[in-house]
Amino acid sequence: MSLITPEIVKHVALLARLRLEGAALAQFAGQLDEILEYVKQLGTVSTDQVAPTSHVLPLSNVQRSDEPAPSLPNQTVLALAPTHRPPFVTVPKVIESA
Amino acid sequence: MPTGELAAQTLHELRDLIQAGRISADEVVADVLACIERSNPSMRAYLAVDAERIRRQAAQDGPLAGLPITIKDNICVSGEETTCASRILQGFRAPYDATVIARLRQQGARLIPRANMDEFAFGSSTENSAFGPTRNPWAMDRVPGGSSGGSAAAVAAGLAIAALGSDTGGSIRQPASFCGVVGLKPTYGRVSRYGLVAFASSLDQIGPLTKDVTDAALVLSAIAGHDTRDSTSAPLPVPDYLAALRGKVDGLRVGIPKEYLIEGIDPDVRQAIDAAIKACERLGMRTEPVSLPHTSYAVATYYIIATAEASSNLARYDGVKYGFRASTNGEGGLLEMYLRTRTDGFGAEPKRRILLGTYVLSHGYYDAYYLKGLKVRTLIKQDFDRAFERCDLLLTPTAPSPAFRIGEKLDDPLQMYLSDIFTISANLAGVPALSMPCGFTGAGLPVGLQLLAPPFKEDVLLRAAFAYEQATEWHRRKPAMTTG
Repeated sequence: MSLITPEIVKHVALLARLRLEGAALAQFAGQLDEILEYVKQLGTVSTDQVAPTSHVLPLSNVQRSDEPAPSLPNQTVLALAPTHRPPFVTVPKVIESA
Repeated sequence: MPTGELAAQTLHELRDLIQAGRISADEVVADVLACIERSNPSMRAYLAVDAERIRRQAAQDGPLAGLPITIKDNICVSGEETTCASRILQGFRAPYDATVIARLRQQGARLIPRANMDEFAFGSSTENSAFGPTRNPWAMDRVPGGSSGGSAAAVAAGLAIAALGSDTGGSIRQPASFCGVVGLKPTYGRVSRYGLVAFASSLDQIGPLTKDVTDAALVLSAIAGHDTRDSTSAPLPVPDYLAALRGKVDGLRVGIPKEYLIEGIDPDVRQAIDAAIKACERLGMRTEPVSLPHTSYAVATYYIIATAEASSNLARYDGVKYGFRASTNGEGGLLEMYLRTRTDGFGAEPKRRILLGTYVLSHGYYDAYYLKGLKVRTLIKQDFDRAFERCDLLLTPTAPSPAFRIGEKLDDPLQMYLSDIFTISANLAGVPALSMPCGFTGAGLPVGLQLLAPPFKEDVLLRAAFAYEQATEWHRRKPAMTTG
């Protein structure tokens, strides 16, 4: 039985802001199913008493002194945006006008 | 002087020539650019090279003596295009220098940006570059490995003196192995990641790809150390790696993990590794079998953790702040703009990894996949902790095979992922690891030897590698294309 169906892939794609359709959707579903099938072997490892490792260095709550320093100029950063109207970046309309 | 004569040399050789007044750094830059002009159209080690901008960088004083260092296209160089070989970042010019770049400049280096790579460092062959694959200088129908394939091919072919790459699951070491150069992934936290475009933040490290071990020590010395801009960089002093090369290796305990010498390894690779083990023994190192029992779970663990982190890191590419935005003429509003931008901007492999990462993090699957992966990561790390109680170093092949053919694994993602089987564990455990040439196959393809050390023991790693290099001639062989 498949672990993942084209319907699930389509749903996950939408969550990740990707649009998949037709042959591409079927191909991704097949490949992801094969990868998840391979990953399933982790289920055979006993991890009941094992703590998760999200990070290998024994560092926590890293802080530095709070000294003001210049940031990148607003105009330099804005110039990287596909469209902008200083001091803002602009995007397609989110809210319909009344 | 014939074209390529300077470009074929190492950083330390050229630095000595410059300091003796025999040549100038400008001549080196000119020779590297001439080699790029000659060979890059067929090899595509660089995505693009703006020769005029590179020449215009002022010659600098310092230990790196104005010599040029090649930079993978995912490390920010101020004012230069930095695209991660992706359409979604096409045209993006970094507004600041990565910490490693600032440090190289302080040491007197000049920079050659834009080494080719797999898109966002997702891959093991450089075939996932959105702008075409790099070719292996030892056999132009084969891949250079990946994801730092452009950096490795450039160093091997004399289109670079030395290079920086990044390594999340083997992306420095595996291409170093395939191209017959030295590649070092430092301990997680040894080198600042500030300005490295993030793939998997708990695994990524920047490191050198060089023509010999001395250059690896030279570049690591330049880039290592604590950085307040990267909270995961280690607040530890940096040893003198060049001085460390000269120490004694007699009596070093070298573990040979039995899980790495398995069926399915290319017989020529196996033979080269067996010979390397004997060479280390002749140098006075004491080899012994060890076990890393969770090795076979590393690839599965990695492809959960790395894709989960990647899907989160790549959420920032939304067509708003920088890079590519698909044109929608306002139709469908913001959501349609996001969907079109990301669907058109990302290639197939980023999409695959974003989907997998989003899936393993999603409600109902988190415990079964992501949390399980983090727990198995603990077991893999503990394998290394135990092995390093008995051993100073571990020795393995870098990859189970030499460079494969272009196209051979492109349609089979799982087979491609399995080509990283021997390099992934070092990233999961956070330990330093180095690949260096240890022989050639019957067909003349380079074979890589991997050495691994406990965290922050790069000095021991480099010392053993240097001793082996001095006792062998493999690093002196060059692909025919550069001598022809």
